[in-house]
Amino acid sequence: MGGGVNGGATLRAAEPISRGPEWTFELIRRYDDAIGECAREFGLDTYPNQIEVITSEQMLDAYASTGLPIIYPHWTYGKEFIRNEALYRKGYQGLAYEIVINSDPCIAYLMEENTITMQALVIAHACYGHNSFFKGNYLFRQWTYADAILDYLVFARNYVMKCEERYGVAAVEEVLDSCHALAPHGVDKYKRPGAKSLKDEERRQVEREENARRLFNDLWRTLPRAEAKEPRAAGRQPFPAEPEENILYFVEKYSPKLEPWQKEIVRIVRKIAQYFYPQSQTKVMNEGWACFWHYTLTNRLYDKGLVDDAFMLEFLQSHTNVIAQRGFDQQGYGGLNPYALGFAMYQDLKRICEAPTAEDRQWFPEIAGGDWRQVLDFAMRNFKDESFIAQYMSPKLIRDFRFFAIADYEDEPELVVDSIHDEAGYQRIRTLLSRQYNRDYVVPDIQVANFERDGDRSITLRHQAARNRPLREDEAEETLKHLGRLWGFDVRLESVGEDGSIIKTFECPG
Amino acid sequence: MNHLIDRRLAGGNKSAVNRERFLRRYKEQIRRSVKGVVAERSITDIDKGGNVNIPARDIREPVFRHGPGGEREIVHTGNKEFSAGDTIPRPQGGGEGQGRGNQGGEGESVDDFVFTLSREEFLDLFFEDMELPDMVRNFLGDVPERKWVRAGYRREGSPNNLAVVRTLKQSLGRRIALSSAIRDELEAARRELAEAERRSVSVLQVSMLRERVEELEKKLSRVPFLDDLDLRYRNRVAVPAPVARAVMFCLMDVSASMDERKKELAKRFYALLYLFLTRKYEHVELVFIRHTDNAEECDEDAFFHDPRTGGTVVCSALELMHKIVDERFEPAGWNIYVAQASDGDAFGSDPAKSMRYLREFLLPLARYFAYIEIPDENDNRTSTLWAAYEELAGTEPNFAMRRVHGRAEIYPVFRDLFKKETAWGAA
Repeated sequence: MGGGVNGGATLRAAEPISRGPEWTFELIRRYDDAIGECAREFGLDTYPNQIEVITSEQMLDAYASTGLPIIYPHWTYGKEFIRNEALYRKGYQGLAYEIVINSDPCIAYLMEENTITMQALVIAHACYGHNSFFKGNYLFRQWTYADAILDYLVFARNYVMKCEERYGVAAVEEVLDSCHALAPHGVDKYKRPGAKSLKDEERRQVEREENARRLFNDLWRTLPRAEAKEPRAAGRQPFPAEPEENILYFVEKYSPKLEPWQKEIVRIVRKIAQYFYPQSQTKVMNEGWACFWHYTLTNRLYDKGLVDDAFMLEFLQSHTNVIAQRGFDQQGYGGLNPYALGFAMYQDLKRICEAPTAEDRQWFPEIAGGDWRQVLDFAMRNFKDESFIAQYMSPKLIRDFRFFAIADYEDEPELVVDSIHDEAGYQRIRTLLSRQYNRDYVVPDIQVANFERDGDRSITLRHQAARNRPLREDEAEETLKHLGRLWGFDVRLESVGEDGSIIKTFECPG
Repeated sequence: MNHLIDRRLAGGNKSAVNRERFLRRYKEQIRRSVKGVVAERSITDIDKGGNVNIPARDIREPVFRHGPGGEREIVHTGNKEFSAGDTIPRPQGGGEGQGRGNQGGEGESVDDFVFTLSREEFLDLFFEDMELPDMVRNFLGDVPERKWVRAGYRREGSPNNLAVVRTLKQSLGRRIALSSAIRDELEAARRELAEAERRSVSVLQVSMLRERVEELEKKLSRVPFLDDLDLRYRNRVAVPAPVARAVMFCLMDVSASMDERKKELAKRFYALLYLFLTRKYEHVELVFIRHTDNAEECDEDAFFHDPRTGGTVVCSALELMHKIVDERFEPAGWNIYVAQASDGDAFGSDPAKSMRYLREFLLPLARYFAYIEIPDENDNRTSTLWAAYEELAGTEPNFAMRRVHGRAEIYPVFRDLFKKETAWGAA
């Protein structure tokens, strides 16, 4: 850990905070204070923390509800719970050391089985790493209201339960099932303009008149007027005027069949999906950031002499487990480990700032040799996985990971190695990897194209099959049935290929 | 600024409601799986929880996702030998090869979804399978009955359990212990006072002594009559209700005409009776007797799964049972239950002989004798054994018989038994 705060390591004078593996509340508090102190030295900006110690059973509960502390009752969470419990009981799967909730205050769960070293690691990782990411990253700032989420979840749960009492569990479950099927298509990727208040509207009116007055020139009157366009055939205006990508939003606003309470449930699922939207977009960045900081902060503790060698050895063992990346031909390879990739990228950025090579200067002229804390802070705030990789992945990192790209083209009889970690491939690998983290790579691009408002009330979805990748047909049919249930009238889905021709049509009569 | 909270006592099990919803939703699949488990499992283990398999396909939650096809590139790590332009054969057979990426395979694993049902959940499904009425379910599903008995005294309790005599005893002891020293002193002081008054010493001294006596009297009166320390409550603990022993004889015709389906039905019949008995009796023994043209005692596995060939002589089994009762289960000390299953085939004088044997020797010994006949499907003729036994049905109160084609028809055999015995148990 060269180049720490104050230009180097402080003398190791202090006594370690603790020895041995046992934890107490007092110790956790002291570690938290010490880590918080280090975090402030590095200038991390965080929400206040609420650290909760829980049992492994409670951890299983938290798992089941996708990490949220409160959620409405639904069988899918029971399924998750049963699955995790079975895996855990049989020893196939350990539990995560921590769960952290993007809220203000930021809630982090510590498991009581952990040693004090693990608790300290988790505090550094969650309470300072993730926490500062939640507070700083633009996607989270834009899409989640950290101070309101817990209240909203309580409202959602109560509302769903009230509906169950009133309309029956089965009726509510039907709506929820259908909404869950469409939840990936229930998020806004771009901000909608807020509704204008009457005041805004009036002010705009005044400004417009003022503008017209200032630009008034009698000369314009003398120009010949253009012929008025033919009015469109009445009643044949396509609706929506622009395709709508948020299918659940569209259903909530325009479904001809849904009762108000059903619409509210659609809204609840949509809101929660939206809450998770930034997390799915920043997996690499977020986990990498948290790993970078638990590593940096813990090393800082060690430099200050606040933890002993035994602590560091245990810490390093867990740390290396978390950021392990297997090669494609090794057993247990499950694709890229976001922890590994993210951690490596931030470390690499720090290296580029502190010890840039000629190559780095050529690739990253604006940051090479800069102040690493400013560079990392900027990167954390202003990117998501896709753009982060496109912006900052260095040739050295590509070499370190020995990345290679496989091209899978339907028309080719065999797979082709597209590019590897060499001079010719750096740029291409970076682009391809970045594209892999684009949401559309995983979630097909499906939008509401047409609503026959004045006709048979059917809707048509359009799947823009990027690069002709088709939908899984059996699942698409079932998902469409769910949409049909919410919509109540005919639902159609057209897959449109690159060349604009319709590849496949799915239909579900209402 | 930071808060540290201990949530461990907040109680877990938040997922219980969701788990229950999952079970309810996939009841069909789970029931099918439970059926398989019942078939495999020993009668005595019927009321344990169990593992349940559901095909993963059935519980998939669909979303729009990409299928195979089209064009895409996938970036992997750990390149060793590839150079740009190399070709790799496509992985075949639906395997999750390197080239097929990971997203494509997510959530479509063909592994079954396996999980464990608790004893209650398992029994519930088993009973449902048998179409048991609720009251009977409650009775069977119940933990063994407990009785509250006195077990000494304790310091805490509710007022209605206050042991008055014991409390006063405590109070008395405490008062003696606390006041005896004072009493002695008082005694001495009084004596001194009397002495002083008698000898008419100085007024000052007398008044001092008098004050001392008064002070001691006051001190004595401050020892409370009843203190919180004295309170004693009757202690009661729950102990299992008195137990009795029962033996259950499983009689079955295992000749070739008893096929798997019939044995399967018979097994449910035995299992239900066994469950019923374990709820009533702390200790239940099982005796399996199979017979073709002669009878033998065997273990459960052989009973259900070992195929035999030969004719059918029912009476041989009854005689063997009688012999076993004589040797090992003295009727005064054992409640004897008998469950006989057969397809009803019996020849010659055997049915009549069996019936007489039953009436004369076995029915007087047994608490309950149930006979179920499992005919071939769609066979509505009554068998010779049935015809013979029918004579008993009207006259003997502890004899029940029924023809059973399917699982749901098993319970009615027990209806009278349950009615009688639950009423008897509750009384």
